[in-house]
Amino acid sequence: MKGNEAIAHAAIRTGCDGYFGYPITPQSEILETLAAEKPWETTGMVVLQAESETASINMVYGGAASGKRVMTSSSSPGISLMQEGISYMAGAELPALIVNVSRGGPGLGTIQPSQADYFQTVKGGGHGDYRLITLAPASVQEMADFVDLAFTLAFRYRNPAMILSDGAIGQMMEKVVLPEYRPRRTEEEIAAGCPWATTGRKGLRSPNIITSLGLRSEEMEAINLRLQAKYREIERKEVRYEEYLTSDAEYLIVAFGSAARISKKVTSLAREAGIKAGLLRPITLWPFPSERIASLCGQVKGILSLEINAGQMVEDIRLAAGGRIPVRWYGRLGGIIPEPEEVLEELKKIAAL
Amino acid sequence: MTTEEIIRPENLVYRKPELLNDVPMHYCPGCSHGMVHKLVAEVIAEMGMTEKTIAISPVGCAVFAYKYIDVDWQEAAHGRAPALASAVKRLWPDRLVFTYQGDGDLACIGTGETIHAINRGENIAIIFINNAIYGMTGGQMAPTTLLGMKTATCPYGRDVHLHGYPLKITEIAALLDGSCYVTRQAVHTVAAILKAKKAIRKAFDYSMQGRGASLVEIVSTCSTSWKMTPEKANRWMEENMFPFYPLGDLKDSKP
Amino acid sequence: MAKMKGATIVDIERCKGCRLCVVACPLGVLALTTKAVNLKGYPYAETVLQDTCTGCTACAVVCPDGCITVYRKKEE
Repeated sequence: MKGNEAIAHAAIRTGCDGYFGYPITPQSEILETLAAEKPWETTGMVVLQAESETASINMVYGGAASGKRVMTSSSSPGISLMQEGISYMAGAELPALIVNVSRGGPGLGTIQPSQADYFQTVKGGGHGDYRLITLAPASVQEMADFVDLAFTLAFRYRNPAMILSDGAIGQMMEKVVLPEYRPRRTEEEIAAGCPWATTGRKGLRSPNIITSLGLRSEEMEAINLRLQAKYREIERKEVRYEEYLTSDAEYLIVAFGSAARISKKVTSLAREAGIKAGLLRPITLWPFPSERIASLCGQVKGILSLEINAGQMVEDIRLAAGGRIPVRWYGRLGGIIPEPEEVLEELKKIAAL
Repeated sequence: MTTEEIIRPENLVYRKPELLNDVPMHYCPGCSHGMVHKLVAEVIAEMGMTEKTIAISPVGCAVFAYKYIDVDWQEAAHGRAPALASAVKRLWPDRLVFTYQGDGDLACIGTGETIHAINRGENIAIIFINNAIYGMTGGQMAPTTLLGMKTATCPYGRDVHLHGYPLKITEIAALLDGSCYVTRQAVHTVAAILKAKKAIRKAFDYSMQGRGASLVEIVSTCSTSWKMTPEKANRWMEENMFPFYPLGDLKDSKP
Repeated sequence: MAKMKGATIVDIERCKGCRLCVVACPLGVLALTTKAVNLKGYPYAETVLQDTCTGCTACAVVCPDGCITVYRKKEE
């Protein structure tokens, strides 16, 4: 099935309570699949087509604030519209899943795949000091698997999480093993697991208030310091990445999502050409595998960041490398997927330095 | 009879609603928000819904409504309260879900969310405080500011050529098939307050009966931004607001 | 017909002196203080014609801040 369809099926199967979204290419199959599957008749999952991405993300805010497992999905321009809501959710510490099947920008851009939303996703996007847990799937299987993982991380840390995919993975068809069915949480389970949620003030408990407002400076600083402490904990505990042929690598390609699939091929081509290349694929874009990249800098002679954008993740790699070895970027723009051969030429240039 | 003989628990006839917290409200003297907060608090308690209410507060003067009424609250981004409420009610159908919004929040930045939540027939109630001005930000022009009315951003009076017409969003709401009860009330006299309370009760009841969306507009004063005493503001409202925003039910879909 | 006698208690620290209760009272029972203010600096409502109060609750109903508690007793 398609990556987008895998997201929808995984959501139904892993106890998602609600999906709120608005059509936009190349991810409309998520809402279409959910509408066709009618989960409200089986698991009781709510599916609602909103009037805009702005409304969608605020529906997610409302649902998450009431302790439910809720999600939305969109593509780049729609995700831009959601930034207000994402910032509010980060501020109010609400767990939720946002899927971005990204496309080329800026502006209306193109419906072709792109990874140009890296900055928007991991550097903020919305206003204020906040972080978004970001998972980057590189296969249809990971589209399915990361739904539950994203929810798990989101609820563990009371923080919104994003699956940052792209049009290639969303539209690609692969075999996939869908997760086992799991029932949605009961009201009692929500009350026990999310004692902060606004579900109705029971008995003698004081009211639960979900807000991101703290008008007094001291109050708002305290909120920010608590958020920052949480972000540091996530950075310590939740970094995920995959390595391929790195044990003896002399040159390293760092790439995520679709670009990582191309990079695997480039690694093989490079080895055939006598260049000992390896691949590091960040699975979490935030928290970023900076420490692992830093340690690999003691082993490899150069790094190539392959991205389907104008060079965004390369900045984080350079920060990790700290100027010890050359770090270069290569990518294509406008929805063009780089060919392995052209990437190999770039790797050769680094090897020739 | 001495005062001491009268002031006894068995003679109590009116007190601050139990759900209205003891913390003093930040509203200006004479602000209509206070009256409406009291009514909402009374209605929730009278319906026995204290433990089943999820309320949504706006951005605007009522942003801190969550400090004053003793139920669970979500504080929404500016204008987005009906989107939050839509999701919450669908996810928790047996809960009482209502939004509390001002004119800038509901009729300007949140027009889309308001219209579509009502049009979908969400089983929510919307309390809409219309004082024709932005109170919290310091008295700027609102979508509902009357023609000729002076505000910080139309200091020479609202001019239709510059600013367009005041928006009668309640009339629009009444036209939508998803609304079941649309009414315009005020809280400037005892009689008006009692009617407004009945309206809020009806809107909440309808939402629990699954009849669709209700909108209760409360034509209100903002004595601070209008630069009048509360008394004068009430008179000004009667003379200027009521002719343009006439009180009464605009729609009541009996089952 | 039995006459009703009323009495009000004003939470003076909650009162903001908006005067709406004074206007609402049909019998002129309440007035704002002219010399005293509360901790926030507001003049506050006080009973000036206790014997006249019938406990009709109009003052309390219109009070935006819920400051007024009303008691009422039938005169024997």
